[in-house]
Amino acid sequence: MNPRITLATAARILRQLRGDHRTVALMLVVPCVLLGLLAWVYSDSPVVFDQIGPALLGVFPLVVMFIVTSIATLRERTTGTLERLLTTPLGKGDLILGYALAFGVMAVVQAVVASAFAVWVCGLDVAGPLWLLVVIAVVDAVLGTALGLLASGFARTEFQAVQFMPAFILPQFLLCGLLMPRDRMPGVLEAVSDVLPLSYAVDAMKDVSAQADPLGDVLPSLGVMVLWVAVALLLGSLTLPRRTP
Amino acid sequence: MADDAIVVEDLRVTRGGREVLPGLSMTVPRGQVVGLLGPSGGGKSTLMRSVVGVQVVAGGTVTVLGEPAGSPALRSRVGYLTQAASVYADLSVKDNVRYFARVLGRDDAAADRAIESVDLTDHADARVENLSGGQLSRAGLACTLVGDPEVLVLDEPTVGLDPVLRRDLWEIFRGLAAEGRTLLVSSHVMDEAVRCDRLVLLRAGRVLSDSPLPELLSRTGTEDADSAFLALVDEDASHDGGAA
Repeated sequence: MNPRITLATAARILRQLRGDHRTVALMLVVPCVLLGLLAWVYSDSPVVFDQIGPALLGVFPLVVMFIVTSIATLRERTTGTLERLLTTPLGKGDLILGYALAFGVMAVVQAVVASAFAVWVCGLDVAGPLWLLVVIAVVDAVLGTALGLLASGFARTEFQAVQFMPAFILPQFLLCGLLMPRDRMPGVLEAVSDVLPLSYAVDAMKDVSAQADPLGDVLPSLGVMVLWVAVALLLGSLTLPRRTP
Repeated sequence: MADDAIVVEDLRVTRGGREVLPGLSMTVPRGQVVGLLGPSGGGKSTLMRSVVGVQVVAGGTVTVLGEPAGSPALRSRVGYLTQAASVYADLSVKDNVRYFARVLGRDDAAADRAIESVDLTDHADARVENLSGGQLSRAGLACTLVGDPEVLVLDEPTVGLDPVLRRDLWEIFRGLAAEGRTLLVSSHVMDEAVRCDRLVLLRAGRVLSDSPLPELLSRTGTEDADSAFLALVDEDASHDGGAA
């Protein structure tokens, strides 16, 4: 690995995104629209919105980055750019960290925009510090990138890659505590949700919105998410062998 | 041996349960343009992938510039162009070449020179997806040239191009060889044979012939590479006659 190559790769990915205005717009606007819709649905019971809104802030970065990363890396595999890169001094870590860095930057922008919209436009009541919402969103987005890299290793076509979103993400969404508090689920499901990373993203977001000083509860959740990022990146790097059959 | 840039010995490759290369041996002398010719499906791309070290091989050795193929020391000395142009369609020519320049440890000036060498300076700011087929191939080539490689492995760089563009590209290749670089160039267009110092005819994973063109023509008593290839195929089939 080499910082020069890692940074050049991140810059290249951001440059590709910058050229795709519609994707960038979708990444920033869709979360706001959904949050706005949810606030409207619960306009008569803002307490419910205060519970669900932060949880959704934890879902968006993961879902969006998962899709974008899995398609982008699949494209690298199918257009031959990955094969070209693997004959150069670029290390697998350079490519993976390059993606994580680039989408981490996108996540900061997305998190700032979505959080600001949720708080100032939708009237979301957040007891804790706003910067912590952004930090969680960034870790959450990097997690989505890591899972997307891993999933793309198992996809041969873009159709398959898109289908991995419901396969990888929807079960986590159902079990993350948004639809039903995790401690009130059947024991087996609660145990499963204790392992899944999205549960921790949603827990952390809820803690920030409910507590004035949530750092003590948020840090362990962030720790679990970082661990998942490490595991997914490690497994993802195994799907990028230099030599292929 | 020191005069050979690429040495392939008894290379065996199996893909999808089929033996694509059943034990291939060949050498590419330094500073030459060696043409790898033959019908598609004959193992040309597999051989080239093995030379740049991205192919899983079942046996045999491939040595490039004295090192095992694909070893880290070779990654900045060997340039590879896949059959697809392998560039980012959503970036400009300049951004593509500059990215590969950074990966290969070169600067922006080197990127500009590579773009100029393939005559794309006027299109440097155009997005790759808006280029014509010929410009696309040349953009891909610029990304390979920018690393200033000693050995170039080019997989069908002229496929689908018109005669003028093909001539221009071959002039670039000859220029690179004149600078002392070694080129292994595959093609299924036999008339490109005249451009090569040496021809390797590959069919069903086996080397039918490995010699300069005049030698090949006089041995087969033919007028051009196409007829020479057909003569060799017939000769090969009559040898196999008993076994088949």
